[in-house]
Amino acid sequence: MQSSKFAPWDDPDAKPLIRFKNVTKRFGEFTAIDNLTLDIYEREFFALLGPSGCGKTTMMRMLAGFESPTEGVIELAGQDIAPVPPNKRAVNMMFQSYALFPHLSVWDNIAFGLRRDSMPKRDVEDRVEEMLRLVRLEKFAKRKPHQISGGQRQRVALARSLAKAPKLLLLDEPLGALDKKLRQDTQFELMDIQEKTGTTFVIVTHDQEEAMTVASRVAVMDQGQLMQVSTPDRIYETPNSVYVADFIGDVNIIQGRATQDGEETYRIDWAEGQKPLTAKSSNVFSAGQTCHLAIRPEKVAITAERPEDAANAVQGRVHDIAYLGNLSTYHVELSNGTIIKAQTSNTRRISRRTFTWEDTVWLSWTATAGVLLAN
Amino acid sequence: MSRLSWFNTVSLTLGFAFLYIPMVILIVYSFNESKLVTVWAGFSTKWYGELMRNDAFLSAAWVTVKVAVLSSTFATILGTMGAYVLVRGGRFRGRTLFSGMIYAPLVMPEVITGLSLLLLFIGIGIERGVMTIVLAHTTFAMCYVSVVVSSRLVTFDRSLEEAALDLGCSPAEAFRLVTLPIIAPAVISGWLLAFTLSLDDLVIASFTSGPSATTLPIKIFSAVRLGVSPEINALSTIMIGIVTVGVISASLISKQALVRQKRDEQAAARVQ
Repeated sequence: MQSSKFAPWDDPDAKPLIRFKNVTKRFGEFTAIDNLTLDIYEREFFALLGPSGCGKTTMMRMLAGFESPTEGVIELAGQDIAPVPPNKRAVNMMFQSYALFPHLSVWDNIAFGLRRDSMPKRDVEDRVEEMLRLVRLEKFAKRKPHQISGGQRQRVALARSLAKAPKLLLLDEPLGALDKKLRQDTQFELMDIQEKTGTTFVIVTHDQEEAMTVASRVAVMDQGQLMQVSTPDRIYETPNSVYVADFIGDVNIIQGRATQDGEETYRIDWAEGQKPLTAKSSNVFSAGQTCHLAIRPEKVAITAERPEDAANAVQGRVHDIAYLGNLSTYHVELSNGTIIKAQTSNTRRISRRTFTWEDTVWLSWTATAGVLLAN
Repeated sequence: MSRLSWFNTVSLTLGFAFLYIPMVILIVYSFNESKLVTVWAGFSTKWYGELMRNDAFLSAAWVTVKVAVLSSTFATILGTMGAYVLVRGGRFRGRTLFSGMIYAPLVMPEVITGLSLLLLFIGIGIERGVMTIVLAHTTFAMCYVSVVVSSRLVTFDRSLEEAALDLGCSPAEAFRLVTLPIIAPAVISGWLLAFTLSLDDLVIASFTSGPSATTLPIKIFSAVRLGVSPEINALSTIMIGIVTVGVISASLISKQALVRQKRDEQAAARVQ
């Protein structure tokens, strides 16, 4: 992972490129952004992730200059950007609809921003050629936007927004209109281009897989607030709330009451007639406090016999199997009706599958497999 | 091509006969040799020649064209501005009222529009002439332009303008370089519509014209009261021709843009 080297957010001396300071945005009665504070660093690929209506697009539009904050300050490279109109900001945006100018050719679309800066004609030509090479569209320069495919349009939009070499590039659901296969290819292409140009990218998306793939850091948003801001692996492995755990990927949430049982170890009473579970946690819980144990399905092992040394083991019946090709997810119903998902890699052919519907199985996981959350 | 049933053929024939027989008669008689309008005496273009020597008609024609060009241009500018504000101005106070009111001149009886303009011009003491007709025609044609342009603006992707701003355009540049070229077909057909309306208008023009300025429809109307002459037929034929060209090109311009786009999209689909 690149984060092993590139981690300005851990460096207390690093100066952020963008700084949201207690920003609030209201549209009439509705609060889109609620007292939000966030730093984004240079060369970051930063993802704003959340369901629709969570305020992620509003944040992006405030950076581009199409909306201004009701309260608080947004700084770009140390400067308050509130008084700067969108056409004077060193920020460019790639629109969800791409917003390519239909009456101009691909070439003229890319040159559009450069010409506004009264750049010499030769330099405009060189820059446009360079951009066309970057997105591999040299052959399509003369075409109009409606004469090229969706994937090509997406690349023209990217080239156009990068042509002016902005300090910050905003991408609003850039891959939303592409089909899945093309989307995955384009994600890697985007990362490649981001690394090549060294531009800071802020991407808005509701697709958690996309955010995890491309971003150096992900901000999970809900109702105008940041729920968690961290690297993709930490968001996935150590979510700080049930909301984040549930939003990112698949998860089993077991509610119970925590009792301390040794150093950073808790016993969780979770259901009548079931043995308590054991989980390690650095978060402190008082005796009897309600807690949620979040465990990813792939960290739950499924076996026919009870494993000898497992910290946690429960017995159940296979209720459903979701076959995904490379993976299978078993939905196991426990005696009290709770369903726990366990995921295994299909390293053997399906005809050799060990378990099938209605089989009695044991699920087990270690004390460190899950994350213990208060809410 | 499928064949029409006999019923459809009959209704089509009847409908079009109803619409076009009067005009066809007028056109045919404009090529009549005889001075008597109702008696056919052989083919001739002499009335067109007569028309060319008639200074009163020629000067009226000139006034009409001048009025039509000026008023449709003003109407297009004002109508486009109005449409832009109503579609883009957001939900400002009174927007619904204004957008409703822009349609009012479309349904207002022309006599009332003409009379109210006459009262206004007398009230503020403007001498009636070419300028007052231009003002009057601008007034009633701009709402037509505004309706045509706003129907295009409604489907216009707002993010195109934002993209232009984002790439360094001032709002005025964004309008000139992005919005205007894209809505141009609607603006042009709005202009042609305004031009045709102004060319046709008799009622409003007769209220607002003065002795110094007579438009062709007024001239024809007053000439006909003294009896229909083949010269009038010739003149009317020319006017039918001009209006037809105007209307056809207005619809062709908007249609062509659509056809071209479809063809390009099909070409793009073949490439992939």
